[in-house]
Amino acid sequence: MSQPQATQEPPTLASVVGSRWQPRDLLMTGARKSGILLPFLALFIILSIASSPFFSKVNLLDIVDQQASTLIIAAAGTLVLVAGGLDLSVGATYALAGVVSAKLALTMSPLVAILVGIACGLVVGLVNGVIATFGRINPLITTLAMSFVISGLASLVTSGNLIIDYSKPGFADIARTQFLTVYTSTWIMVAVVLAFGFLLSRTTAGRYMYAAGSNAEAARLAGVRIQWIRLLTFVLSGGAAALGGVIDSARVLSAQASNGQTTLTFTVLAGIVVGGTSILGGDGAMWRTVVGVLFIALIGNGSDLLGLNPLYDQIALGVIILLAVGSDAWSRLRLRT
Amino acid sequence: MPDQPVPDQTLPGQSGPDQLEPDQSGPDQAGQDQAGPDRAGDRTPGAHVVLADISKSFGGVRALEAVSLQIERGSIHALVGENGAGKSTLGKIISGAIPPDSGRMLLNGQPVHFHAPREAIARGVVLIAQELSVVPALSVAENVFLGDEPRTAGVVRRGRLQRRFAELAGRAGFDLNGTVNAGGLRTAEQQKVEILRALGRNAELIVMDEPTAALSRPDVRKLHEIIRNLAAAGTTVVLVSHFLGEILELADQVTVLRDGRVVRTEAAAGLSEESLLAAMLGTTLASTFPVKRYAATDAPVALSVKQLTAPGVSNVSLDVRAGEIVGLAGLIGAGRSELARAVYRAHRLSGGTVTVADSRPVARRRFDGPRAALQAGVAMIPESRKEQGLFLGRPVRENVSVASLDDFSRATMVARRAERRAVEQIMGRLEVRAAGQGSAASTLSGGNQQKLLFARMLLRSPQVLIADEPTRGVDVGAKRAIYDILASLAADGMAVLLISSEIEELIGLAHRVLVMRAGRVVAEYDGDDITEEAILGAAFGAAEKGVS
Repeated sequence: MSQPQATQEPPTLASVVGSRWQPRDLLMTGARKSGILLPFLALFIILSIASSPFFSKVNLLDIVDQQASTLIIAAAGTLVLVAGGLDLSVGATYALAGVVSAKLALTMSPLVAILVGIACGLVVGLVNGVIATFGRINPLITTLAMSFVISGLASLVTSGNLIIDYSKPGFADIARTQFLTVYTSTWIMVAVVLAFGFLLSRTTAGRYMYAAGSNAEAARLAGVRIQWIRLLTFVLSGGAAALGGVIDSARVLSAQASNGQTTLTFTVLAGIVVGGTSILGGDGAMWRTVVGVLFIALIGNGSDLLGLNPLYDQIALGVIILLAVGSDAWSRLRLRT
Repeated sequence: MPDQPVPDQTLPGQSGPDQLEPDQSGPDQAGQDQAGPDRAGDRTPGAHVVLADISKSFGGVRALEAVSLQIERGSIHALVGENGAGKSTLGKIISGAIPPDSGRMLLNGQPVHFHAPREAIARGVVLIAQELSVVPALSVAENVFLGDEPRTAGVVRRGRLQRRFAELAGRAGFDLNGTVNAGGLRTAEQQKVEILRALGRNAELIVMDEPTAALSRPDVRKLHEIIRNLAAAGTTVVLVSHFLGEILELADQVTVLRDGRVVRTEAAAGLSEESLLAAMLGTTLASTFPVKRYAATDAPVALSVKQLTAPGVSNVSLDVRAGEIVGLAGLIGAGRSELARAVYRAHRLSGGTVTVADSRPVARRRFDGPRAALQAGVAMIPESRKEQGLFLGRPVRENVSVASLDDFSRATMVARRAERRAVEQIMGRLEVRAAGQGSAASTLSGGNQQKLLFARMLLRSPQVLIADEPTRGVDVGAKRAIYDILASLAADGMAVLLISSEIEELIGLAHRVLVMRAGRVVAEYDGDDITEEAILGAAFGAAEKGVS
């Protein structure tokens, strides 16, 4: 028989927590969990020091307000990505809703114009969702193809012209009304982001989105109706893209079919991904998307204020996206082994 | 790798053991300088392949343990054994698909160390895997000469390709059109494509892994003829199969494997199905199982399956009483998991009914899925916990609560405190060890991951639990814990349908065992009739495909 004291060892941190958790791992997980937040804060502080106009209420509110539509669309896009989908049609939907509402605003009340514009987006989202889930066509292909259809429809609405609503300043109220010195466009964005954040983190639907994106077959076998969940994310994405388009049309009282389009689609996607939401689904959070989108905005704003060549913005952005996606892929590799 | 001398019995009149020594210094020389097999070499009988002390582990699991055997040139050599006995692994090692951990292999008397199939192919050894690998979009002829097309400056010479194909097919006696797309062919014809591909590369040794498993009877007979002709023409065939009749009919030599070891190698002429089965049977390991508490004979039927037909399942009827553990035995591909998935509605049924307790149908509509089964009180632990069970990157809590989230939510908002309490309780009951509810499922051990899936299903308090390979890839201690869980669930009145490829588990746990073969239930045993001999005999089948 062995000596009794040989088996008794004082519990170490490792033995309590489990030997898997080495300090280096904790550091890695910590870095991964905070993700883009630390670089964001670093950039924020650097800009505050380097440029005196940067850290002013006017400039900061201006940055946020300029990103209002991008943040609204990216918030819904986060839901799509978490649930394992992808929506490449948001740019086109943004344009369609913009021109539809701008055109209706010429002849009807602003409220009708706004509601019909958003309804367009919901319908687009519904079509996307039905094709991608029940039609079993890859969401990337579905939304890519749909983006051409939607762009075409937007051009039909405008007949290729710029729609100008200067005669209907009431249309601008949705975006340009000030409340507590902040524009309504910003307030709407805050409300949408909070609502979608709540949906993702606190509701059963949000849980099912994570489940569907993390392991679709496992979710199905656990009784989750993954197709309905994914359909919901596409409808919300279409609606959010339309809301963004309507707000921006109202803001400038004009719209054309070439607004937004692929540039917007990829800016939105970049913001989500830079924030750390996985393009493979099942992982991500709303605050990440907010930080990711604002981080990209800071790069642009900062180089403006510092008078840097704007071409460097794009190079920096591209490198940052690669780093963000790369760190996600590498950490997933670690997870698998 | 260990430097052990080659066992004597491997080398009758061939290269002596002393010739083996040089290869230890240069393990990379395999298939590098020899551009092609030496077809001109003698056709006289002798050792084509000699294996000495081949061992292989996957993770911590021993798949092969010091396997030594000799394969004669021009013979048909069968490898036979239960699920997991190591026969496919051995076939893959011979053909270079996986490298051995240790041990030596001689090909034509020369030591070889294959690191990739292409090295084996260069030496005339080709594997035809169970999952065929034709490229569907290419033509039959293009498939046969894939990677070896006649070409001029990178442009494929189609005419020459077809002529070469016609010549090769004629030589093999195959009636195949070289110009049609390979994707449209039946399985048996795709197999011919693979055989031609092997012959086109001057294969001298072809390893066939379960070649007849997916074939109809007439195709099986044709394939047997092809195999015999190959051997008659001097090609060595290594046949991995679990159809005993087929083996006895075709093979010259039979090697029986059990738990990764060679039991014996014998001439097929002296063997019978009974003697093969006896050789495959292991001594029952003294695993500990909880005491069986049989359900009352008048216990109500909790799950009733009637004439169920679904992909891989034909016309199966079975009942499971409350408190009863019914085991489903059978070989891989016999339709056990398919049956489980059909009952759970993970597959659509093409016929039959599944009812729970008081004859409530599990699902009313044809397209109803697992959700309907869960609502009817049927739960399932799927076969592969990583692919079908877990959300690896998500927290333990979400993994457990996902199937019963409606119980922990008000107006679709998750009541997180109630959720945490319920998860804590069920995890305590099953003794799941995790750093916390917030840690990712991937950080848990295999046994605890499996318990998470039990926890997920038990939170729904089902009447029927289907457990598909619940102890696969978990350590011994966790196995015992899972046995205890299953036994106590049954004792509390749950009906349990247990699928396991480990026969001892079925013997140790099940009150009744159903044996499946080719999608049907072919035998039923209870009480003392549940023996390894009986189950294996029924699983391998008395009437073989090949015999007819």
